[in-house]
Amino acid sequence: MALSQQSGILQQGASEERGENARMASFVGAVAVADLVKSTLGPKGMDKILQSMGRGQEVTITNDGATILKSIYVDNPAAKVLVDISKVQDDEVGDGTTSVVVFAGELLREAELLVNQKVHPMTIIAGYREACDCARSVLELISFNNRSDPALFRADLLNIAKTTLSSKILTVDKEHFANLAVDAILRLKGSGNLEAIHIIKKTGGTLQESFLDEGFILDKKIGVGQPKRIEDARILVANTPMDTDKIKIYGARVRVDSMAKVADIEAAEKEKMREKVRKIIDHGINCFINRQLIYNLPEEMFADAGVMAIEHADFDGIERLALVLGGEIVSTFDNPDTVKLGHCKLIEEIMIGEDRLIHFSGVALGEACTIVLRGASTHILDEAERSLHDALCVLKETVSDARVVFGGGWPEIRMAKAVEELASRTPGKKALAMEAFARALRALPATICDNAGLDSAEIVANLKAAHGAEADSRMGVDVVRGEAGDMAELGIYESFRVRQQVLLSGTEAAEIILRVDDIIKCAPRKRG
Amino acid sequence: MSLAFDEYGRPFIILREQERKSRVKGIEAVKASIMAAKTVARTLRSSLGPKGMDKMLQSPDGDVTITNDGATILEMMEVENQIGKLMVELSKSQDHEIGDGTTGVVVLAGALLEHAESLLDMGMHPLRIAEGYELACKVATENLDNIKTRFEFSREDIEPLVKTCMTTLSSKVVGRLKRPMAEICVKAVLAVADLERRDVNLDLIKVEGKVGGKMEDTRLVEGIVIDKEFSHPQMPKELRDVKVAILTCPFEPPKPKTKHKVDIDTVEKFEALREAERTYFTDMVQRCKDSGAQLVICQWGFDDEANHLLMHQNLPAVRWVGGVEIELLAMATGARIVPRFQELTADKLGFAGSVKELGFGTTKDKMLVIEGCPNLKAVTIFVRGGNRMVLDEIKRSLHDAICVARNLVRDNAIVYGGGAAEISCALAVEEAADKVTGVEHYAMRAFSDALQAVPLALAENSGLPPIESLTAVKKRQLQESNPYLGIDCNDTGTNDMREQNVFETVIGKKQQLFLATQVCKMILKIDDVIKPSDFE
Repeated sequence: MALSQQSGILQQGASEERGENARMASFVGAVAVADLVKSTLGPKGMDKILQSMGRGQEVTITNDGATILKSIYVDNPAAKVLVDISKVQDDEVGDGTTSVVVFAGELLREAELLVNQKVHPMTIIAGYREACDCARSVLELISFNNRSDPALFRADLLNIAKTTLSSKILTVDKEHFANLAVDAILRLKGSGNLEAIHIIKKTGGTLQESFLDEGFILDKKIGVGQPKRIEDARILVANTPMDTDKIKIYGARVRVDSMAKVADIEAAEKEKMREKVRKIIDHGINCFINRQLIYNLPEEMFADAGVMAIEHADFDGIERLALVLGGEIVSTFDNPDTVKLGHCKLIEEIMIGEDRLIHFSGVALGEACTIVLRGASTHILDEAERSLHDALCVLKETVSDARVVFGGGWPEIRMAKAVEELASRTPGKKALAMEAFARALRALPATICDNAGLDSAEIVANLKAAHGAEADSRMGVDVVRGEAGDMAELGIYESFRVRQQVLLSGTEAAEIILRVDDIIKCAPRKRG
Repeated sequence: MSLAFDEYGRPFIILREQERKSRVKGIEAVKASIMAAKTVARTLRSSLGPKGMDKMLQSPDGDVTITNDGATILEMMEVENQIGKLMVELSKSQDHEIGDGTTGVVVLAGALLEHAESLLDMGMHPLRIAEGYELACKVATENLDNIKTRFEFSREDIEPLVKTCMTTLSSKVVGRLKRPMAEICVKAVLAVADLERRDVNLDLIKVEGKVGGKMEDTRLVEGIVIDKEFSHPQMPKELRDVKVAILTCPFEPPKPKTKHKVDIDTVEKFEALREAERTYFTDMVQRCKDSGAQLVICQWGFDDEANHLLMHQNLPAVRWVGGVEIELLAMATGARIVPRFQELTADKLGFAGSVKELGFGTTKDKMLVIEGCPNLKAVTIFVRGGNRMVLDEIKRSLHDAICVARNLVRDNAIVYGGGAAEISCALAVEEAADKVTGVEHYAMRAFSDALQAVPLALAENSGLPPIESLTAVKKRQLQESNPYLGIDCNDTGTNDMREQNVFETVIGKKQQLFLATQVCKMILKIDDVIKPSDFE
């Protein structure tokens, strides 16, 4: 470091850390981030308040690992790797975002001890890799699959949803929400298209009042003086300007020499709009939904024709509506015969709390549904939405890959056992790394215990003993009673995909950080 | 002396404002340069070889890159020093020419300069040292020609090629999956290679990445992947046996480049213009339809109206496709790039076996995969990885491996790796040095010593005792006159690199020697460094 600064190789303000220093910096950074989210793990995990730096100082309360890490500003490059990993976990499987960071952090903590004992990082990596392969095959072996039996499969899904939700704010009503989520997912019939599930948040009421609606709810207003209730609706979903239709030919401009002509052209413009509206009405529709604004003139015309017109449904809304109603998104109106209209049995305006929403029921695509969340404050609603999203993602993954494992640290204990057996058969220093891997795996159930205020050493030791005594023991951490308990009886299940992803990403992240022996920070860009 | 006096004894300024410039001269200048170069080389030294460590680089904006690719490290280090920059250039030119060995070349150059320094201390003239190095370099490259072996492969037997790529990949983060990755690279290269002309156009291999999934999910698409989706959400997501039209004109009314105005002053004109606009849209779409196209790929955007008309005519379309992708698509599908609707005819269409829209994970990212093109000359390697850093690193590693495969297709002469070639060259140079008298003798010896720095670093990074391993191999090479013995980095128990299948291309190795020697020469020739001091 000193050398490169003396000779002025790097820019001013840049720094270079090598060897031990670099390794130390990355260990410290990564472990710090892992410790930060550690306390949110498990059913008794605590929440964090995040205050945004921007104007308004918005406050978010959450215990979702990915959300926390996304919002904090980290300067340490190694910590950034962990933040990234949790983001990917969120994108890929939606849950386990905290677990993956805690696991990677534990791996690094163990690695630090080994490095201090003069084990070469490459040896540690080799050991971790082998241990990871072993753990993975064990995980595959112990997973089970109930897809063939719909009733059991549903029970599995329900249990998974409950397990996921139990660590979130929804834990009080987890039964209710688990049912909501499973119903919603099963409606998708395996298509896994989460877009068809629409979540609407409305403050007021209690979480318990949240419900699943089998239709589609659009948070928009119906135009003035138009019917508020339509049966057997024929719907045209459009994306077209309904304010002033601009001339798109480049360079066109209006230049007139008298006021009379201005009036003429204005009239022509109006006529153009009238004609457009007429064309739209000629489609034989009684509901018109547009992505863009609808001005008063066309709105009035629609009202005269008894057509319900809904303006300004945003792009997502339009796509989803088109999907749900089975219509196409229309932008030209010259060929009414070939346009595919959307249909639904009933459109009506409903009240939720104090807001009026538009409710489409009896839609063509039976997959769609809307979950309306109610809650006392926006913070609760936001967190509820995040939790529900997690649950939905996990359920979706489970529907596509029906393998399931028990929760409560059960797979970790099993994997740790297998890895330790492998270590005892492996010659050389790699075995040390494998043992460390097993310890890192066991740290996950230990953290769950710690967060619940339990004696983690005692419980994990009991678990270890239980699994050692009986090869296919189902013991895991029972947080409620504060002891080792039978996971099958408690109904604590988790998705296989989530656990596998935690294992693989965690190991990968640890490996990346371990491989580094030199950190070069460029001079920060001057912000002018 | 930058101050002179004229005939009247008045001071005469040669360098303006010299007190504000720092200046180093003579042997000091050479030494300072060597110092700088050595520092850069030292940073890279620990990244050499299969057990080389990675470097973590934080960019000025705070983005983190983790890599052990020499060229990338140097590029992102933002080296300030001019000599340091020379080293960066050195590694870059190796990257451009060969694509691999970017770390090796810098380590070698660093070692050459280090040895030159001690020769300078002995009072030798820098240029004589440089000349000696040139001489030695010639001997070394001749030796490379002597020990090289031909490397046989064919389109059917790709095994040898795969093995070479595996060597390259073993030092990277994808080491765990070197076998499948190497196969992907070789297949990609062979798919686009022109074996008769011994040429590979790397533009035809695209490496696309998407964060998420596992490394194992990386695959070779015998076609093209575009990071775009169909323009209308309701267009079919999968097409089979389609005729493709490639357009570089927007589905919008024309925008002439000359300045113009269309004046509207009467109602009739207004109506006429409206009508013209409407027919313009229908015309455009109709033309595409009439030509028989079943998929339209456009470089520009569409108006909402055009988008709907396309959808209505059952004409799936993709918009905002980048220029490079357009060209690739045109090559693959055999379509002509059409700049105007008027010129769109049936014979300008291309063909694709299948076009699919793929979605990933829980996010809504989508990509188009175009496969089954008649002209299988374009392939895409689609990379998946746990996070962006891993992904970028995999991409860089694959690029290296692809370059190696390409070099072998170009010229199939190889030498063995693991430091074997360097040791053999070092021995040859040493032998040649004994026949030379004068300063060059010492310079050549120094060159030979510097060559050994590479196997030395390899052994060091692999956790082997460097000096013992090096000397042992050297002794065996001398005794058995077997130039295939190298450092056993992977701990497999044999030093014979033929058994370990560790080899590199002769072109790559030669390039390393040439480039390193040239840079040395350049640095040794500098005897005066003048730079303005920093602005306050």
